[in-house]
Formats: sequence, C-alpha cells, structure tokens
Amino acid sequence: MKQGFISKNPNVLIFISCLALFTLVITVLSEAYGTGLISTSMIKTLGKTLCLCLIALAMDLIWGFTGILSLGHFAFFGLGGYMIGMWLMYARTQDIVLTQSGALPMTPQEIQDAVTNQIFGVVGTSELPMVWHFAGSLPAQLALVVLVPGILALIFGWLAFKSRVTGVYLSILTQAGTLALSLYLFQNDSGLRGNNGLSGLQNIPGLDSVGQAAVSVWFLWGSALALGLGYMLLNWVVSGKFGSVIRGIRDDEARVRFLGYSVESYKLFVFTLTAVIAAIAGALYYPQAGIINPAEIAPIASIYLAVWVAIGGRGKLYGAVLGAAFVSLVSTWFTGGKAPDINLGFYTVKWVDWWSVLLGLSFVLVTLLAPQGIAGLISWLGGLRKKEIQK
Amino acid sequence: MTGMKKYLMGAALATVFAAGGAYAQEDTIKIGVLHSLSGTMAISETTLKDTVLMLIEEQNKKGGILGKQLEAVVVDPASDWPLFAEKARELISDEGVDVMFGCWTSVSRKSVLPVIEELNGLLFYPVQYEGEESSKNVFYTGAAPNQQAIPATDYFLEELGVEKFALLGTDYVYPRTTNNILEAYLKDKGIPAEDIFVNYTPFGHSDWSTIVSDVKALGADGKKVGVISTINGDANIGFYKELAAQGIAAEDIPVVAFSVGEEELSGLDTTNLVGHLAAWNYFESAESPENEEFITAWHEFTGDANRVTNDPMEATYIGFNMWVNAVEAAGTTDVDAVTTAMVGQEFPNLTGSTAKMLPNHHLTKPVLIGEILEDGQFDIISETDPVPGDAWTDFLPESAVLKSDWIDLDCGMYNTESESCVQQKSNY
Amino acid sequence: MRSFLSALALGMCLSTTSGLAQVATPDVLANDVPADSVTEAQLSGLAAVIAANRADIAKPSRQTIGPVIDQIAAEGEDAAAFLTAWEARELGQRESDGAIFKLDRQGDVYALFNPITGEPSGTAPRSDINEIKPNSGVRGLINSALVEFQLNAADPTIRAAALDSLERNSDASQLAPLRASLEQEEDPALLARKQRIERLLTIRFGETAQARVDAINDMGADLSLDLRAALNPITSTTTRAFKGAPTGNIARTLTPGQDIDQTQAYQLLIDAGLQPARLTAADLRRTLEDNISDGQVGGIPVFQLDDPDKRIAAYRALVAQGQAQAAATDADIADRLSGYSFAEIYADPDADVTTAAAMALKTIDMKVAAMQAADLGLDAISLASIYFLAAIGLAITFGVMGVINMAHGEFITMGAYTGYVVQLYITDYTASIIVALPLAFAITFIAGVAMERLVIRHLYKRPLETLLATFGISIALQQLFKNIFGTQARPLTSPSWLDGQWALNDVVSISYIRIAIFVLALIFLALFLYVMKKTRLGLEVRAVTQNPSMAASMGINPDRINMLTFGLGSGIAGIAGVAIGLFAKVTSELGSDYIVQSFMTVVVGGVGNIWGTLAGASLIGVLQKGIEFFNPSNTLAAQTYMILFIIIFIQFRPRGIIALKGRAAGD
Repeated sequence: MKQGFISKNPNVLIFISCLALFTLVITVLSEAYGTGLISTSMIKTLGKTLCLCLIALAMDLIWGFTGILSLGHFAFFGLGGYMIGMWLMYARTQDIVLTQSGALPMTPQEIQDAVTNQIFGVVGTSELPMVWHFAGSLPAQLALVVLVPGILALIFGWLAFKSRVTGVYLSILTQAGTLALSLYLFQNDSGLRGNNGLSGLQNIPGLDSVGQAAVSVWFLWGSALALGLGYMLLNWVVSGKFGSVIRGIRDDEARVRFLGYSVESYKLFVFTLTAVIAAIAGALYYPQAGIINPAEIAPIASIYLAVWVAIGGRGKLYGAVLGAAFVSLVSTWFTGGKAPDINLGFYTVKWVDWWSVLLGLSFVLVTLLAPQGIAGLISWLGGLRKKEIQK
Repeated sequence: MTGMKKYLMGAALATVFAAGGAYAQEDTIKIGVLHSLSGTMAISETTLKDTVLMLIEEQNKKGGILGKQLEAVVVDPASDWPLFAEKARELISDEGVDVMFGCWTSVSRKSVLPVIEELNGLLFYPVQYEGEESSKNVFYTGAAPNQQAIPATDYFLEELGVEKFALLGTDYVYPRTTNNILEAYLKDKGIPAEDIFVNYTPFGHSDWSTIVSDVKALGADGKKVGVISTINGDANIGFYKELAAQGIAAEDIPVVAFSVGEEELSGLDTTNLVGHLAAWNYFESAESPENEEFITAWHEFTGDANRVTNDPMEATYIGFNMWVNAVEAAGTTDVDAVTTAMVGQEFPNLTGSTAKMLPNHHLTKPVLIGEILEDGQFDIISETDPVPGDAWTDFLPESAVLKSDWIDLDCGMYNTESESCVQQKSNY
Repeated sequence: MRSFLSALALGMCLSTTSGLAQVATPDVLANDVPADSVTEAQLSGLAAVIAANRADIAKPSRQTIGPVIDQIAAEGEDAAAFLTAWEARELGQRESDGAIFKLDRQGDVYALFNPITGEPSGTAPRSDINEIKPNSGVRGLINSALVEFQLNAADPTIRAAALDSLERNSDASQLAPLRASLEQEEDPALLARKQRIERLLTIRFGETAQARVDAINDMGADLSLDLRAALNPITSTTTRAFKGAPTGNIARTLTPGQDIDQTQAYQLLIDAGLQPARLTAADLRRTLEDNISDGQVGGIPVFQLDDPDKRIAAYRALVAQGQAQAAATDADIADRLSGYSFAEIYADPDADVTTAAAMALKTIDMKVAAMQAADLGLDAISLASIYFLAAIGLAITFGVMGVINMAHGEFITMGAYTGYVVQLYITDYTASIIVALPLAFAITFIAGVAMERLVIRHLYKRPLETLLATFGISIALQQLFKNIFGTQARPLTSPSWLDGQWALNDVVSISYIRIAIFVLALIFLALFLYVMKKTRLGLEVRAVTQNPSMAASMGINPDRINMLTFGLGSGIAGIAGVAIGLFAKVTSELGSDYIVQSFMTVVVGGVGNIWGTLAGASLIGVLQKGIEFFNPSNTLAAQTYMILFIIIFIQFRPRGIIALKGRAAGD
C-alpha cells in the first residue's frame, strides 16, 4: 500500500528527500551542530519559513483543491500559537516564581497569584483569566492547540456550509470572522494580554541551559518533520477518491451534490482538517518568532497566505510550498534593507518603500497572466523539455 | 521542480553568506538602528531613524569615538513585532553592532527584550512608556509614568482644580498601565472611584461623538471635568475634531495628552484646540541654546525647514550623547563596561537643565506642560525641576515594593520587602 | 524675605543690565536708592501691591495666587486693566530687576509699557524679558475677580465675557454684584442670562433655605447641564458608619446584608477607626514566617504550610499562645456590625433644600434618560450614514455588478487625499470643498475605469481571483499613498460653517459635519435611484446585470456599461472619501478601516438592492451604538460583538435583509 502510494506519487519522494537534504545541510552549517556558517537568526528564519510552507499547504488544500477561498486560516495559525504560548509563558514564569518562595512553602493559590502578577501585572489584572486554566499543563495546552481551532472551524464551517454560504460570500465571512477574533484579542479584557500578546516565547521552560543556537535547530527539525508529514498526508488525501470529490466540488459544486455526495460534509472536513494543520504550524512558528500578538491575526495576514499560494501555484501542493517560501524569503530580503537602492537620477527607488507596491502589482500580474503560478511555470518548462526530447 | 528547490536553497544560502561577509570592516564602531521604516509605526519611527543618522554624522565630523568612525546599520522591522526580535538578533549576532537605538511601541520593546538579554546587547529606548520594567541591557531615555502622567495629573488637580477625570486611551498596554496607575493615584488623592471615567478605543478610532458627549455629560454633577488622554496616533485627529465640533473649550474641559506632540498636530487645524494641553519632557518651543542648535542641525540634515522636532527625538539625542561619553569613559564599546559607565552620566538636555542616568537605567527629566497654540506649537506654561524616573511605580501595590538598581543590587526587579532579587532578566 | 528678593534683584540689575535697560527704567529703579524704599515709599496703591507680589504674579499658582488677586482687585478700576492684561498674557517680567511691564513684541526686542498707566517705558532685548503666562486655572481666578468690574461694562461683549466666567466658576460673593447689575442690564439676551445665573447661584448660595427652595422651583425641570451641576452637589451623599443611630441630613439608612455588603460595612467601620483591620493573606504569611521555630509554626511543620487551612490552624495556635493578635473571620463580622448603623448622609445639611433638589432631579433625570436615548439614536443614524456613504459605491460595483473590489477602500482614500491636495492650493475652505467633491469624483472615476479596463475586465468569470487581484492593487495603492503623501496624517479642514453642532439641549446634539454627511448620503441615495430607474444608463446597467448576452443583442455595449458602472461606483467612493476625511483623519489607511464594514453592510443588506444597503448600514450603525451603550468603557468590544452578530446573522439569512427573488438572485 505504502509502496503503491509512493510509486503513484513520485513527487512525495522527491519532496521528502529535498526537505531532508535541506534540513541536513542547514544542520551541518549551523552554529550549534556544525560549522557555524549559518547564523542562528537565519536558522530561525528558515524554521519559520517551513511553518509558513505548512500552512500554505493547508491553504492549497482548501482553496486550490476544494475551491473555498478562506480568508481566515491565519486566525487558526495564530490560535495555535496562542495555545502553546500560554504554556510557555506560564511555565517559565512559574519557574521564576518558585525560586522566590520565602520561609514558607507557597500555597497553590499563592503560586498562581504570583504567576498572574508577573504575567498580567503590567496591565493590572489580579485574577488569572479563565482561559489560562490549563496553562500550567503542557499536555493540556498541546491538546488545545488542536482542539480550539478544530472546534472553532467545525462550528463556523458547519454554520456556513449548512446555510450554503459559498464563493465570495464565504471569503468575506471568514475575513469578518478573522477581524472579529483579532479585535477581540486586541482587548486587554480578553485575558491574553491584549496588544502586547505573549512574549519571550523563544525561551523554552527548562531549556535555559541549552541556548538558542541549539533550540533553533531543534525547532527547524520539528518544523521540517511537520512539513514532511503534512505533505505526505495531504498528498494522500488529494490523490485518492476523496481528492477527486473535492476537486469536483471546486469545479462544479451542484453537479457533485446531484451525484449524491454530501458536499457540506466534505467541505466541513477539509475546512476543519486545514484549520488543525494551520494551528500546528502556528504552534511551531511562534516559539521561533518569540512573540505572538493580535496583529499577527489581522485579516491581511490571511490574504497574504492566499497570495503565496496563488503565486506558488494552486492545485499543486509543491506549488504552495514554493510560493510560501519564495514570497516570504524575498519579502524578508527586500524589507531587510539589504536590497540595493536603485538610483534613477531624479529619484532613488528605496525598496523598503517600493517593495509593497511591487508585491501588490505582482499579485495582479500573476492572477492575470499566470494563474498557475510558479508551479505552472515549472510544469510548462517540464512540458517543453519533454517536447524537446520527443523531437 | 527540484531545480527550483535547489535554486531557492541556493538563494537562501547566498543570503547567509552575504550576511556573514559583512564583518569585513573592523575599524568602525557599528550602531544598529531598529526603527520601523514601513508599516503603521513608520510615521513616528522614521523621524527617529533620521535623528540617529544625524547624530552619527555629527559625531563622525568630530572625529568619531576612540579614534574610530561610527557606522550606522539600519534595518526595517516594518512595524511587525516578531520581526523586531528577528532583526535585533541579526544586528547583534550577524552585524556585530555595539549598541542599538530603536523601538517605539511597548510591544516591540517586549519582543526585543529576550533577545538582547540573551545575547547581552545594548538598547536605547527613546519613547515615553508605561514603566514596570528595568532591563540590564536597556536604557530608557523616554519618560516613565512619574515623569509625565503623575505631574500632569498634579497639574490638573492643583492648577486647574479638576475634580472629575475622564481617562481616555487607546486599548493597549501603555494607556492601560498608565490609567491603572493614575486611578490608584487619584484615589490616593481623595478622588472617589465614581468620579473617574475610563474608556478604551481601538487604534485609529474615528467615531468619537458618543464618547465626547459622555465626557461632556460628566459635568452634570457640578464638578470640574478634565480629560487625560493616552489616545494614540491618528485617532487623536478624530477626537480633537469632535471636541472642536462639540464646542468644548479648554476652559470648560481641559484635555491633557501624553501622546500628542508637534508631529501629530501637523495633521490638524489647531485653531479650535488652542489651550488644550500636552505633557512632555521636551517641546520644540523650549528656549535654550542647545535646542536652537539642535533644531538648526535637524533642518539642515533633513533639508526641510518645516520639520518639527519632538520629545522622543530629544530622548534619542540625550541617549546617544550619553552613550558616546560612556564609551569614552570606559575606553571600550564592551557592553558590560559601557552599561556600568552609563550610570551617573550627565548631559545637558535641550530644555536648559541636565539629564542624569540613574542606577535603574532611567533618566532624570523635567516635566513640561504646554498649551497648544494656533501654529501647532506648544506654549510651555509649567516646567518642573528634573524628576528622577521610577521604573516601578509607587502607586500600584504590587510594584510599590519593587525597586531597580543595577549598580548596588545588580537587579532590575528587587523586592524590598523580602529583600531579594525577583529576577535578573525581564518578565517580558 | 521680600526685601531680600528685591535686593537680590537689584544686585543682579547692577551687575548684569546693560546701559540701555537702565536708561529705560528711571521711574522704577535708581541706582543709589535701596529697593525696599522704592517699592514701598515711592509707589502707592496698585503699583505697590504689584511690586510687592512680583514673584507670585510672574509665576502664579492657582492654589496660592487667590489672595494676591483679591488684593489687586481691591485697588479699584485700575486693577481691571492690569488683570485683563495679565489674563491675556500680555505682561512680562524684566529679568534684570524683576519689574513687570506690559509687552509688545517688535522683532527681537520688546516695547515696554507701564502695566497700570500704559505709558511707554522703553524697550528691552528678548533675552532680558520673561513672558508671564498664567495657566488656565489662574486665568479662571483672574476672570472671576474681573467679573465685578465687567458686569456693568458698557461693552456688551465684556458683559458676556463676565457671564461666561460666572458660568464656569463662581462663588457666593458674586451673587450680590450680579443681582445689583440686573437692573442696569438693557440687552434682553444678556438680561435673561443674568437672571438665569442669578437663580442658579441662589440655589447654591442663597441666604435662606426658603430662597434656595424657591430658586429650585423656579428653574423647573430643564435639561441644561448647569442646572444639574447646581442641583447634584446638593443631593450628593456619603455613606458613613455611626455608633448608635445615624445623625445629620439622612438620605437613607442602610441595613448591612441588604442595602450594603457586610464586608463593605465592616470596611466603613475600619475606615472610621471603630474596628480593627482584617487579617490579609500577606499579614498571615508574615506572622507565620516571623514565628517559625524548629521548623514549625504553632506546632505545624513548615513544609505542610502550603495548605491554606493548615496556615489558619497555625495562626489560631499562635493566637492561643498569645503570639499573634486575634483577627476577625467572616463569621465574626456579622457580630461586630451590631451596635452600629449605616446611612447615606446628604452633603447639604438643610433637609428642605435637599428634598426639593432631589424632587427636581428626579424629574430631570427621567427626561435626561429619554433624551439620552434620542441622542444615541442620532449617533446611530450618523454612524449608519457614514457606513452607507462608504458602502454605496460598493453597492454598485459589488451589489450590481458582482465585482469584488478590495481596492474600494483605497478609492475612498484617494478621494480624501484629493481633498487635501485641493486645500493646498485653494485656501478658502468652502471653495476648496466645492472644488474637491467633483474633482474627487472625477479622479476616482478615472481610476475605476482604468482598473476595470486593465484588470477586472479579464476576470469577470473568476470572482475569487478578482478579489486577489484587486487586493494586490489595494496594497500597491496604499503603499503608493505612503510614498507620495508620507505616513503622517494630513489635514483636511471643513469650512467654518460646518464647525460646531446643532444642539436641541445639553443632552441631544450632533455636529454639523455629521448632519452634512447624512444629507450627502441621502443625496446619493436619491441620485442612485434616479440613475438606476430613470436614465438610459440605469436601464442599460440593469439589462447588462441581468443578462449580458441578451443585452448585447439588443444593441447595448456591455463592455462600455460595465466600465461606466464601475467608474460610477468608484467615483462615489471618492466623494465619500472627502466626507469621511472631513470628520476623521486622512491617512493611507483611512479606506482600509472601512472596507470590511462596507462589505458587510452590502452583504447584510442584501446584494443588488440599494434599499438593502441602506437597511444594512442602519442595522450595523444601530447595533454598534447599542452595544457601546451597554459597555461604554470599551468601544473595541462593541466592534467585536457587532461583527460576531453579523456573522451569525448571515448564517441565518445568507441573502441579507432584503433578498432578491427569482432569476436575478441566481449566482
């Protein structure tokens, strides 16, 4: 069976080997486990990029394969980050607090109060908010990484798909939902530290002695593993009959419904599955980024996600990965001040100022001229080569 | 496909090598500038980037420091908070900068903090903030609450006779904390809880009519009402326009703002706002030879005689010069040596008094209260003696017992009750 | 002390002043005369008072300046001129000798005038003069002192200024002069104001209780703030604890457990020093820590003390051993409260007055509540009209044509910036707005047409991709605005006839600019209906929307119609931008703040129907204000809940409030 799946989908093998090779090379060049040619900050950037590739995969499944343009998947990504962030903050603070107990051992209430004071002291909440109830337990928060976004997606999807909200309406609805969530989190009263969000997430409790150089490589491994598994899973999902059905939904929903398939169930499943994958990607991303706050969830982030997939190429899983990696790395390069300014004589083009304009226009051009994105380009090149061989 | 993948990896590696290759010049002292040049905060932070560049240029004209020229390394964290952490790490570990000037919002500072504490970097933070923090690796050259909010509130209580307060703020940590401190302070001063009206609005809020009406209605019980505004950025414009539209004059309901400076007023017609107040440690209208010189240099550097100066620019100016002096005193740019040499540094500020760096890494600063004039400048009507900045406010019970002293106690969060250091690093 | 200061000033004068300054001031200082004798022997009356209080006058503080102002005011008519100049910040102090002058700035020097007589006293360089800037608190006091001089002034504007000052702050001493001035007042409007203020002052400071009660009854129940401001302090109460029966002007008595929480009641006793404070967790911990011996406290091993119950047990043991003070537990409180009474006591001791005031307030409060609801309604309508204006362009492009234009917000911004640029060149605000409105329409119309031609035309069959492409345009435009206009907010100022507000009373009011936006929204509604129903263009648009190929075969050019419709929608967005910029800010993000709300307005209302958009905007406006009303301290929460409500609403009514029926409703 496994043999069959791989041989039917040779691109999985290629992808996994590329990913493994990439991880190996980075590890060998890292500061912690190798020559130190690649700095820790670069490793973090690469690790984060892998997580972005993972959520781009999810986006490709829901948009490229199922035809639902969700403008809310970054919200699930962020929620995953918040869930793991709560544990990271709580556990780290608890370690600090415990060193502070005086002559008497602290009561559980005292520990909780002290942690609350440290985490929320700045904004003056004296009681631990309800949502932090499980924050002290890693297994519970890990479960919540999957459960919270999963259940939210299930409820939202069930309501939306049941009411036959489709197409552009659904996109706007998901966007509104994302806006509502980010506005909610922006409030201090939400209990998740408002605009400041959760910070210091790169310091893993109990791993103080290890150092960021090593931790960043571990997270790179974790992200690569998740991406690899995600790629295999999604490839398996789209290659079977299930894949045919969801592609059918994308191309003509009514026809699939008349064929007797429960279109809503398929959509709901894909929506929830991709939400969970997005959340896992987020849970891996934010400990590398170090801070999560509501601005991360702003509607624009989800639109960017769609853009990555569009530029990479919809309907091709590797296209999504390429798009996410390409756009986010190029974006980093241009905004990093490393790109040389272009002096036109009468005006100097500073990329910091003009990068967004370029990016915006490139969406337009890609949508208009190359709807298949980078992946389409590669297929086209592949096609040319084949033709040449045939000649 | 594989070709593409390899190309991509190659590109990534190339970036890495490019970053690694930047070590070449060893004969300069590198200064990192970590201010957003794009995104929502670019509006405020670009000015500070220019200020640092101007100061570096001037210092280089004077021959640099320790015989070396200064070199600015400018990065753009793009108002994206995680990116601040990433860029700070790049600056310290890849670029090898000796000091950084940067950040504006609290969240960006909180994002950077763990990184600079881990890598033992050095950051000068030039903006007024909510306090409740003191890091070994950060020097806070902006105002702590007791250098802006508390004196302004005193002014309201004593000089204007305000008995009822409306604390209006944008919903984020600086207004929240400041308002918490002020609520506690006002209750201390005998203002009952029901005479304190608190409201939070989102960033960029524009629909102010209800809130302004609410404030106006506070006057119904015959007490003098005053507004303390920690409204941030663009939202102020709608707020002041609504104040003007509802005919609220400064004599009826005075408004003192902590985030409105010369720069913000340039987006407004100020004729209807004359007499409303702002509290800062610096106004462009301050009269001192240093200030005149600074303004002239700024106009020359930007090539624009209309560019205004503001408080965070002064904070950058003080911080930069103190750092220069500290490096010269220490004879090295080593972070530990410089942080030790920084404490006790004195430098004339732009308003005619002297700023001194305290062991808690905050400055002494005079508190100025200015009335808005028709031309968008401020008329300074009150100036205190320099007030020492307090990292942990005395008006919230949890932080009243805390103290910061990096010289004698080597601790930024020292509990004076249990006489122990709560933690050496920050709690972000 | 004063002589010391003067001597100091003199010393400074001798050592630092230039010859010019000395020549300029022969009337105040002579070199060989001691300062004291100058100020006290040679000057008299007002001049002496001023000279004696120079330091305070130069740097006045509201808390201490009162007596000085009174002294000055007691000097008669001359004092008024001096006080007026002081209040107007026309005075300055010469640094070299501390003398006070009236100033007139002439370039780098000041022309000096005697502050009392107004005689010229030469000039002084800027560096030698400190301008005297009394703050607004001090100015308020000066104005109060000026009132008695101004009430009978010949100039009605001065009399009005005196009344302004009286309305802001007043005291008992002003009642008599005000009453005296009533007879002389000729201007009927001012007389009415004076009478009203007299009544209000009588309520507060009347000599007899009867006079005050009469004044209260005279005023009736009007809604103005100043009446409430006079009545409320009379009826304000404090909650106090009494040993035995309560005394004073009792508003109501409180029974612990019913009207007042037991712990609160106990806190009152603590505050009054009638009962000892309660044991806090921190005190408990401290006491236990202080009494650790042999690893035990009160017989309980220390390591077990992470249990709160054990801690209390240990504390009890300590109390039993006499090592700690007994503290009140929750159970004790009820016992300890007995023997005390609690009551709300009026601040005003006179029961007749408080009863009358309370009665009056009761009526007023009911009216105020009704008016507040009306005011909230106005705000809601205003917000709805803003949303409607922002969404109406979208109702055309999205509602009629079905094109998702994510750059709609940027068209709004473009309109606002057009207004800003026009104001750079046309400084008359009224004229600039008149020019800006059609210009904004023209510019955004062209931009819309260009976008339709270049991008959207190719994507009519792919709505999701239109969304992406227009979003790309939105990002690019937004950054372009930043590059051109900077990130700073730009001023867009409304003409002065739109300043101010329409006020029904002190509760219900709305600014003119919002009324203007409301009117603009109505005009556009009418315009839209007219274009769609009565013009050839409207007919063709409807035809193309319903069936493009059929329309084409009837000789309509669908390309042209699409282009024009899209241009029309964009153009209206531009005009909306000018209007929104007038009351809010003009930044590159102005439009994107409204884009999600605009889409929701159209979707909630129902696509393809302008009445739907109107209904959607009203629903959203009313909803947002309603939620704000219930949670006034957090506007952000209101927005969140509003969006949530809309999401749920759409789930149950996916076609919106006004859904199209039949074939037109097809996707």
